[in-house]
Amino acid sequence: MLGFLASVIDGVLVGFVYGLAAMGLTLIWGVMDVVNLTHGVMIVCGMFALYALINTLGIPPYVALLPVLVGGFIVGAGLYWLAIHRVVGRPALMSLLSTFSVNLVLVGLGTAVLGTGLFNVDVSIPGFSLGRYTFPGAHIVAAIMAALIAYALYLFLGHTKIGKAVRAVANNREAAELVGVPTTRVLAFTVGTGVAIAAVAGMLIATLFPFTVLSGDDYTLKSFVVTVLGGFGNPLGALFAGVALGVLEGAITPFVPVSWTLVIEFALFVVVLIAFPGGLFAPRRGAL
Amino acid sequence: MLLTRLARRPFFWIIALTIALFAIAPAIGWDVDMRETLVLDALYIILASNLNIMLGYTGYINFGSIVFFGLGGYICLWLVSAFSLPLVVSLLGAGVGVSLLALIFGLGILRLRGHFFALSTIGIIEGTQAFVQNFNPWGGSAGFYLDTGVFKPLGGPAQALWIIYFMMIAVMGLSLYLSYAIKNSKFGLGLLAIGQNEDAAAILGVPTPLYKALAYCTSAFLPAIAGGLFFFKSAYVEPASAFDLTLSTEVIVVTMLGGQGTVTGVVLGAYLYAELRSYLLTTATFSNFQLVISGALLLLIVLFFPGGLMGWIYSRFPQTKKVLE
Repeated sequence: MLGFLASVIDGVLVGFVYGLAAMGLTLIWGVMDVVNLTHGVMIVCGMFALYALINTLGIPPYVALLPVLVGGFIVGAGLYWLAIHRVVGRPALMSLLSTFSVNLVLVGLGTAVLGTGLFNVDVSIPGFSLGRYTFPGAHIVAAIMAALIAYALYLFLGHTKIGKAVRAVANNREAAELVGVPTTRVLAFTVGTGVAIAAVAGMLIATLFPFTVLSGDDYTLKSFVVTVLGGFGNPLGALFAGVALGVLEGAITPFVPVSWTLVIEFALFVVVLIAFPGGLFAPRRGAL
Repeated sequence: MLLTRLARRPFFWIIALTIALFAIAPAIGWDVDMRETLVLDALYIILASNLNIMLGYTGYINFGSIVFFGLGGYICLWLVSAFSLPLVVSLLGAGVGVSLLALIFGLGILRLRGHFFALSTIGIIEGTQAFVQNFNPWGGSAGFYLDTGVFKPLGGPAQALWIIYFMMIAVMGLSLYLSYAIKNSKFGLGLLAIGQNEDAAAILGVPTPLYKALAYCTSAFLPAIAGGLFFFKSAYVEPASAFDLTLSTEVIVVTMLGGQGTVTGVVLGAYLYAELRSYLLTTATFSNFQLVISGALLLLIVLFFPGGLMGWIYSRFPQTKKVLE
């Protein structure tokens, strides 16, 4: 029983990071109705950025947060101009294909240069013990950081001028343009922010689990599940749903082999999509 | 009848000529190298023209079309090895089995629209792959081999490869005619209407969820058989090659390169892409970067030539619209 409880608590910790990752996806989705299929590969970029920063510059893991955030933002803004700008407002097919192809280019580069071997970042922080079970310090720190970043994003969207502009564009792009919001720049900014969040989430995941160039697929699927659970275009819902997914993972881990987790998550994804098309934590219309 | 009506049009005979070319060209002098090149072309055409039913006609992107191919391969080889059924029966079993699965899935997920559908197809690849990797009767992540004796009923390995080739060409021909027939039927008209405006189509009486599920299920049948043939040929199947990301991407590239929604485009796209690929694979620097190049090519097409080759041909030579579909 204690083992089950420990597994669930660890699930909550990891769930915060899943939630953060999905926030990056759902932000872009909600604002411009584009599903960013480079999401997984951006998470992986964050992982490898951390790996590179630690192994070349030797900086402590969590100091890498700032460069990853800035780098992710620049990459994301570049992604907007390269692949999204021309397809915003066009049929879903076009934006799906264009981001999918960028994803392929990056995955192809990654596998050609780095191979598909397992990489690992060693973070040793004293954990917290509960009877026979120990919660790794890295999990606790990652959960706290994910929650803080998510909260910062929430405040940012709600209370700054740029944040309000982002919400205005999400609500009605034409109206926003009419009252003087530079909507194109706001869109580029949104993609930059979404990708930066994905990269930071990837960085945090890298401190928890080993990873490969192809890990992105698993985390993309998790982000989709979280997004549909949380109601798409709803960052705060994404955080709750992330925790919910973490709890679910924690609860099934003691009973089911790890490799079945994805199958179960996919089944959940389909069931939720069909039963609750608006998500479990569906937002008020236009609330973002 | 639809078929007799179609047989009066020149395009029907253009398809027939294409199939005849594929069948006869390598048979002159029994050229094995040419056969191996053409079998890949045929595979591209089969997968791309069936993807086209979803992507081109209905406007729904199915990232998971490779699942039909891979599952078909698994089911066919499993029927051959575990129940020692003859190849043709196993192929049909694979086709019907995968189509049924697609129908069941389709009725569920095709109530979803646009992005949600696309995401669920990605989920289907991940889910199926994870399932197959854990499913012990199919050898888990190592896959399984067929006995060397399986080629005996077909007259030994050398002859069997030729028989498989001709069967592959037959499946290719069926795929092309299927795409053509659907495009000219009431069903196809419904699909095209869904692709243009799903709400309007539903209001005008197109049973949209049913049509989408049927399109999804139809587009599963022939790729599953092709998968059965392809993996029977190598007598070996494993998850990594059955659900190959590169192949599933190439199929999307072929469809978009040729021109989504056209039957001719798929053949042109397959031919051009295969030429490009064989050129790239012989250059050592590029062979590692195949995924990068197909990705970049796809991005260019989507951003600048969304109509593909046929889009360009139609606008340059409008009279071809009457002949080439």
